[in-house]
Amino acid sequence: MQLFINIIVLASIYALIACGYVLIYRVSRVLNLAHGELMMLGAYLVLATASLFAGHPLVALGAAVLLSIVVGAMVYVFLMRKMTGEMVLAAILTTVALGILIRGVIVLVWSAQQQYPAQALNLANPSLTLVGDGHISLWSAVLVATNILVYGALFGFLRFGRWGMRMRAAGQNPLLAAQRGINLHTVYALAWGLSTLTGALAGILMALDSGVTGSMPIIALKAFPAALVGGLDSLAGGLVGALIIATAEVLLIYYVDPLLSDVVPFLVLLAMLIVRPWGLFGTREELDRV
Amino acid sequence: MFRSTPRASGYYRTGYGQDLALIQTRTERISLAILVTLAIALPFIAGPFLLDLACQVFLASIGALSLMLLTGYAGQISLGHAGLIAAGAFTTGILAREIAAPFWITLPASALTGILLGLIFGLPSLRLRGLYLAVSTLALHFIVIYLGGEYETKRGFSTGILIDPPSLAGFKLTDGRAWYFVLLLAAAASLMICINLLRSSSGRAWRAVHARETVAEALGINVAGYKLLVFVISSSMTSVAGCLFAYYRGFVSIEAFDLFLSIQYVAMIIIGGMGSLLGALLGAAFVTLFPYLIESLLALLPNIQKFAGDIFAVNYTAFGVVMILFLVFEPLGLVGIWRRLQNYFLLWPFKYRPLTGARK
Repeated sequence: MQLFINIIVLASIYALIACGYVLIYRVSRVLNLAHGELMMLGAYLVLATASLFAGHPLVALGAAVLLSIVVGAMVYVFLMRKMTGEMVLAAILTTVALGILIRGVIVLVWSAQQQYPAQALNLANPSLTLVGDGHISLWSAVLVATNILVYGALFGFLRFGRWGMRMRAAGQNPLLAAQRGINLHTVYALAWGLSTLTGALAGILMALDSGVTGSMPIIALKAFPAALVGGLDSLAGGLVGALIIATAEVLLIYYVDPLLSDVVPFLVLLAMLIVRPWGLFGTREELDRV
Repeated sequence: MFRSTPRASGYYRTGYGQDLALIQTRTERISLAILVTLAIALPFIAGPFLLDLACQVFLASIGALSLMLLTGYAGQISLGHAGLIAAGAFTTGILAREIAAPFWITLPASALTGILLGLIFGLPSLRLRGLYLAVSTLALHFIVIYLGGEYETKRGFSTGILIDPPSLAGFKLTDGRAWYFVLLLAAAASLMICINLLRSSSGRAWRAVHARETVAEALGINVAGYKLLVFVISSSMTSVAGCLFAYYRGFVSIEAFDLFLSIQYVAMIIIGGMGSLLGALLGAAFVTLFPYLIESLLALLPNIQKFAGDIFAVNYTAFGVVMILFLVFEPLGLVGIWRRLQNYFLLWPFKYRPLTGARK
């Protein structure tokens, strides 16, 4: 039972992060390798807002989440907008450079020590007992619930929402979308904002559960295989991919070797790249040159 | 690839030998002579700190040259360069530790490991392109690092493997000056290998594969073979660099080969300028010396104590900023700046090139 809960929690973490990769890739064909750092930034923003809105934990959390949308949109407006039309490697490397920059700034502002936003907000983290003698911490449970909520909202938004439809159109064919009067820059900025929002949610909830250090982006790097296994341009794929990766990781750690934890996602990823490079649910695309 | 500077004022070649010559004009001969004299004289004027810097630059340039071959010329993206360096360093470390293998065994062994890994890293490139290839090399990087870490913990070297300095014919290589010459030689040799590979049929094939695979195949180029070839050559060179790195440091630890190192190597070829060997060298020097530059700049600031603990973070931040600036404002890199400078003086007092005829 405990093993099952662990799988669900880890899968939720990966899925929540993976949908950030998927959103940006689907809309603008850019792989955002700074996603982990943006996620970590969200967690640190809670620390900042916690001191600003002392005594109002919900306000502080809300403010941090809103700020993260702004940060994501700003990343597009001030940086990624200039990289549209450049070669794949340049765009990827810009996000990598952005990640390095964010990491450095975070250490400069908040120091490299482990921090606990839950304490700063005066929030407890009790352990809940479920049926079958399984334990789950409160914030992990919230994370699972948030994940379901986020995926539900994103599905609805992309299928029925006006801006969601615009995002899908921009992802399918930017030229045609622009000629039909869709403002591509707004759509892209929105995608970056939403992606950072989901990432920040994951980062904040993980930080509330177990604190935040500079090594958090590694988790996002491990969630990337989840996005790719499911298909980089498929939201449902992110969910399935996260489940596959999390199951493989938890079981292998439990039965084989804890040191494997860092490589399992990448082993699954390699297997997937050999069999079906475009992922389980992804659309087969003309893979482009450098 | 056109040459922006005319090498000679006209076409004076009368035989095939002259066509093959690397040095063609008197100016080139003189400047090369000056460069070599300076390189030989440097260790006798510079202190140990500068020597160490030079050695690091040489080591980095071997890696950067091989990555330039792979990414800049053959167009295959790799984010797993640190894994290959780690493979070379660990082959050396394991052989030196387990069977006390001498230098002349570990070096070829590292090259062999590189060849093997090059085949493995190269296999996905037959099926994947662009972004997906980058991701597959990234995954392989993590697997190599995992294997290294596994070895360290299982054998009880969790802090790292110590390696004795190599001895060549009874002469122990410990002196900084001796190291300088060894590494200078190694870097020069890799440069020569790259130059000669690129001006032969393999270089032309790689460029064709880079430009458009379908056309390359239609021209009768064995695309799969040349892709594997560039991966094999590049990774064996990188592994040799890893071997030299291990001996130079006298110590191998898996922590030294994280993803950041891979990114640094990619940054070298981006900052230096894609598709230019000179760019690889300039980029290697820039990225290697950059942290030291930042450190010395920080030392000039008045309240240095405030930043002393965070020097690492300052480096990180500055590196990110510089990388972004190059990517956004100078995609051609340092070589682009250099060429523009050359053109400025070549064309002076005019500003623009004539529309046709000048570019060859």
